[in-house]
Amino acid sequence: MGRRVVLGLLGLAGLGIALGSKANSALSSVAANDPTGLTGLIPGGGRFRFYSVAGAVEPTPLTEYRLRVDGEVERPTEFSFTDLAAMPQTHMTKDVQCVTGWRVPDVAWGGVLLSDILAQVVPTDAARALEFGSADGVYTESLTLEQAQRPDMLVATHLEDEPLSHDHGGPVRLYVAPMYFYKSLKWLDRITLTTAVEPGYWEDLGYDVDAWVGRSNGRDDAPTV
Amino acid sequence: MAGTTRPPSDIRRFTPGERWLHLSFGLVMGVLIATAAFLYVDPLSQFVGRRALLAGIHFWSGLLLPVPLLFAVLLSPAFRRDSRRLNRFQPADRLWLRRALRLDTSGPSGKFNAGQKLNSAFVLGATIVMFVTGLMLHFFEPLPDSVRTGATFVHDMFALAVVVAGTGHIWMAWSDPEARAGLRTGFVSHSWAQRKHPLWDASHEGSQRLHQDP
Repeated sequence: MGRRVVLGLLGLAGLGIALGSKANSALSSVAANDPTGLTGLIPGGGRFRFYSVAGAVEPTPLTEYRLRVDGEVERPTEFSFTDLAAMPQTHMTKDVQCVTGWRVPDVAWGGVLLSDILAQVVPTDAARALEFGSADGVYTESLTLEQAQRPDMLVATHLEDEPLSHDHGGPVRLYVAPMYFYKSLKWLDRITLTTAVEPGYWEDLGYDVDAWVGRSNGRDDAPTV
Repeated sequence: MAGTTRPPSDIRRFTPGERWLHLSFGLVMGVLIATAAFLYVDPLSQFVGRRALLAGIHFWSGLLLPVPLLFAVLLSPAFRRDSRRLNRFQPADRLWLRRALRLDTSGPSGKFNAGQKLNSAFVLGATIVMFVTGLMLHFFEPLPDSVRTGATFVHDMFALAVVVAGTGHIWMAWSDPEARAGLRTGFVSHSWAQRKHPLWDASHEGSQRLHQDP
C-alpha cells in the first residue's frame, strides 16, 4: 500500500510535468481575475517574483538619487530624479517575461526613453555599447548602442501609474521590453558607454547577451514587443 | 550511556542508525525549506537577496537529501524491517484512518499508525519527485520550454505539499513528548507502547535487558 502511494505520487508528478505549463497559464488567468488575492499564496500564477542577486539593498531617497552617464560620450551627465521627471515621459503597456518561465501580462510602464537620454549625452563615434550598473553594486547589464536606440527601451520610473517601488527596482530601473526580464536591471544608477559589449551579471552565469524573448536562451515564448 | 538508568521494561523503538537517518534527513530538509523560503517568499527574498549563494546551498542540499536514505537502506537491517512495516497496511490502519478523519488520532495501531505509514510513503515519493524535478530545473538546457515550466510547476506544488506534511509531522511530534523521546533516545516505555501502539509486537525489538545500547 505504501508503495502504491509512492508510485501514485510519481505518476502525479509525471502528469504535472507534462501538463504543468497548461496548468500554470490556467492559474495565471485565475490569478489575474482574483479579487481575494488568495491566489497570491500559490506559487507561480501571473505575478512578479522578486529576485535580488546582492545582499540587502538600501533604498535611495528620491532627493539623493543620481543617474550617472559617462564613458564614450561627448557630455557626461548626472541626472537627478527631477531631471528625469522634466524630460519627455513615455508610457508603454507590455508583458514581462522572465527567463525562468513566469510572465506578467499587460504591465504599464512609464519613464524616459533611453534614446532621449543618449541624445542629451551624445555618444562618441567610438561608442558601440552601453553598460548598466545597479546601486546593489553587483548587478550589471549591457545593450548594444543600436539596441538602446529602439523605441521600447525605457529608463523606468513608474509601474502601473505608481512611482516604482524599491522592491521593483525603484526609484529608477531599466525596462528592456523585447528581451527577457533579467536584462531589465534594477536600481539603475550608472550608464557607461563602451567600445564593446561587456557581458552583465546573468550573462556571466551563462544566459544569452542578446536576450530576445522567444529567440534566445533556448526558449520559444511569445514575443513581448 | 543513558541506557544504564533506563527501566528494564523500556522497549527499543529506533536503532542508532535510524535515529541518525531521521536527524540528518530532517536537518537537510530544514536547510532546503529555509533556503527555498528565502528564494521564493517575496518578503523574505527582498530582505535577504543573495540569490546565487542561496540557490547554491539549496542545490547542494538537494543532492545530499537522498544520501542518508541510501545509507539506511544499505546498512541498517532495522530500517529495512521498519520500511516493510510502513509499507504494509493492516485492517487496524483503516480503522485508525477513519477515526483520524474525525481528528481522533488515538486509534489502536501496530508499531506505526496509518498516519505515519502515509507520511513515510509521502516523504519517499516527494523526495524522489523533488530530486528529479530539481535536477531538471538545474540542468534545464536540453529540455523544451513546456517541460521546464511543467517541472517548475511540479517542484512548486510538491514544495507546498512538503511544507504542509512537514508542519503536520512536527505538530504530531509536538503533542507527544514520549514519541519525541523515542527518536532522541531510541527507547520508549512499555506503558506508552501499550497505550499508543497496542498492536505492536515488540518481542523482536529487544528490550533494554536483551539489547544494551552500544
